[in-house]
Amino acid sequence: MPPKVDREKCDGCKAEKESLCEQVCPGDLMHLGEDQKAFCRMPRDCWDCMSCIKACPKGALETRIPYQLGYHVARLIPMMGTNTITWTCIDLNGKVERYQYRNRGSDD
Amino acid sequence: MAQTIPKDFNEIQSEMIETDLLIVGGGNAGCFAAVEAKTKNPSLKVTIMEKAHISRSGATAAGMDAINTYLRTDKGETPESLVKWSRAQVGGGPIREDLALSNAKILNETVDMLEEWGLPFVKDEEGHKQLRGRFDVSIHGEQLKPIMAEKAMEMGAQVLNRVVATNLLMDGDRCIGAMGIGVRDGKFYVIRAKATIVSTGGACGIYKSPTTDYSGAHHQTWMCPFNVGTGYAMGIRAGAEMSSLEQRWVATRTKDFSGPVDTLSVAFGCLITNAKGERVMQVRYADKGGDKAARFYRLNAPMTEWLEGRGPTYVDTTVLSQEDAKDLREDLLNERPSFVLFLASRGHDITKEPVEIYGSDPYIVGGHTGSGYWVDINRMTTTPGLFAAGETAGGNPNKFVGGCGAEGRLAARGAVEYVKNVKLPALDKAQVEKEKERVFAPLLRGPEYDGVTGIEMEERMQRLMDEYAGGIHQFYRMNEERLDHALKNLKMLKDQTKYLYAKDLHELMNALEVIDRLDVAEVLVHHLKYRKETRWPGWQTRMDYPDVDPKLDCFVESRRDQKTGEIQMSTRPYEQIIPGDRTKP
Ligand SMILES: Cc1cc2nc3c(=O)[nH]c(=O)nc-3n(C[C@H](O)[C@H](O)[C@H](O)COP(=O)(O)OP(=O)(O)OC[C@H]3O[C@@H](n4cnc5c(N)ncnc54)[C@H](O)[C@@H]3O)c2cc1C
Ligand code: SF4
Ligand code: SF4
Repeated sequence: MPPKVDREKCDGCKAEKESLCEQVCPGDLMHLGEDQKAFCRMPRDCWDCMSCIKACPKGALETRIPYQLGYHVARLIPMMGTNTITWTCIDLNGKVERYQYRNRGSDD
Repeated sequence: MAQTIPKDFNEIQSEMIETDLLIVGGGNAGCFAAVEAKTKNPSLKVTIMEKAHISRSGATAAGMDAINTYLRTDKGETPESLVKWSRAQVGGGPIREDLALSNAKILNETVDMLEEWGLPFVKDEEGHKQLRGRFDVSIHGEQLKPIMAEKAMEMGAQVLNRVVATNLLMDGDRCIGAMGIGVRDGKFYVIRAKATIVSTGGACGIYKSPTTDYSGAHHQTWMCPFNVGTGYAMGIRAGAEMSSLEQRWVATRTKDFSGPVDTLSVAFGCLITNAKGERVMQVRYADKGGDKAARFYRLNAPMTEWLEGRGPTYVDTTVLSQEDAKDLREDLLNERPSFVLFLASRGHDITKEPVEIYGSDPYIVGGHTGSGYWVDINRMTTTPGLFAAGETAGGNPNKFVGGCGAEGRLAARGAVEYVKNVKLPALDKAQVEKEKERVFAPLLRGPEYDGVTGIEMEERMQRLMDEYAGGIHQFYRMNEERLDHALKNLKMLKDQTKYLYAKDLHELMNALEVIDRLDVAEVLVHHLKYRKETRWPGWQTRMDYPDVDPKLDCFVESRRDQKTGEIQMSTRPYEQIIPGDRTKP
């Protein structure tokens, strides 16, 4: 389901020509409102690819599973590093798991 | 970003571009095509027309956890052994062994290019690419798409992001480029090219997805929902020949949230189980190869269990240790990260409880099955000047990431040769004006128009196809009468596209997408009607013709008659190149 936007954290990517979530979404779904905050214009059409989440420099976006499919609330947060990605997953019961690995180049 | 929405026809600006090679669709195949063309001839002007943004577009947007086809030659694998395996995966074919072999011969060097460009591969103790099945190797592929895109740009390809192709530009029967709309700038694009490669991926969203019912999430699909089959539709409208569309791709996926099953069953050994705890493939499909049976059997088996009262069905993840389960989740994060979130939102410990599985909605994807353009060995379609690669090109199933890349390169080689002898004719203004009127019509009807939105029509079409042309809710089954009903109503829908309206450029894109899907759906139904047999149960199940008909051991082909608009069907013979039992890998 569509990314949830933290309206406090989202600054509309002021410094960019086009906001980054809007730029990457493969479905042309993320959009800036008149208030310069991002929103998903067609929640039904989100593929949950998480490209917008990874692109957001403010950590303002989060994918949520629709309630019809999953219970409230689990979280999955990617952090993009230099040649690495770190995922933090917090499940329904509060269990935290972290994954970190290279996403570019080789270990040797 | 603020959009420029033209209010009347004269306000629409046109962008005229001339290029040597136009690549429509900068995905997996498209990026490799661009790199190859620039390598072969650095002075060639190469232009990529991309619907989304090239850094995260198409099937690989979220990343990948494996390259499904790679030859571990140290284990004795050869191009021939891959083609044999691929043929068996589609039940013995028919497949285009000529195409498959040429692809397989440059497969490894193509995959190795990804490694050179910076894609991390998992290595085994001897330093070889780590196998997880017979032909698939593990990667940390979160950055796969940005890596391919950056290489295409670094090589000097011009990229037009957010430009959606809508039709081919034709000079008689020859393709001389494409036209499209800019969904950010509201412009009409006319790109004249000496050669054109179409690599827009497959067609998703022709059928209703099962999750639509439970959550309103219409795009909880496995295949990329933003690839709507425009590549096929443009060719159909221009009279190009399509091959094997009836060989639909349907997969077993995790239930309620379309997650991967091969990763679990192939890579982690979690077998398909039913409600009674039986290992379904071993108990009922031993003669078909058990857990290694052809892909469509593995898809059809769980759904048959449901139908016969032995559902739910699972992949038995309880065989996994906690450590394996964590490795598995890491793989999933590289490919379908939101599935990890789905499991977390159910507090699901997969080592204690198995994961439920179900069928997906059907897709037309020539990188998985044989559906797509009929192409020659240079990947030129039956339309001169038009090449096809990846999911868009037919005849050559089981390409996936490596194979789509390899085919992009082959199409580029074909195109680079072709452009040597081509001159562009003068611009056909009438053709361009006609297309401009067609594509902007829904927008110019205005937001107050009493008509139909693209989304409304899409839902109507998806339900029609689901119920009458063998969707998931009918357990993929169909018969002649239902297919006729589908055709009749598709004709109605096609006629009603004159009522489509859109209030902005995004909705305009949606309206044009449904027009494309309808064109693909119509041809697909003709293919399904023609194959009066059941060759690939699940992918293609005819209740009225339940057996294989040996006379139909051939390719089913179609072409839209340019004068009457009728879809004309024909066949082409299968040619076996690799000897041996076709159903054995
Ligand atoms: C979720 C998922 C997981 C997968 N996992 C694996 C795996 O682990 N290993 C593996 O080997 N394979 C995997 N595959 C298969 C593999 O990703 C595909 O077979 C392959 O990447 C398809 O390449 P392509 O170039 O044909 O299509 P794509 O890469 O989808 O490219 C199509 C491009 O065309 C663009 N486009 C579409 N329409 C238009 C238009 N009208 N105008 C302009 N541009 C347009 C799209 O935006 C996109 O950029 C997976 C696929 C999916 C969906
Ligand atoms: S990328 Fe983040 S900060 Fe920028 S507009 Fe989108 S949500 Fe807001
Ligand atoms: S998750 Fe993917 S499809 Fe959904 S809004 Fe973000 S980028 Fe778009």
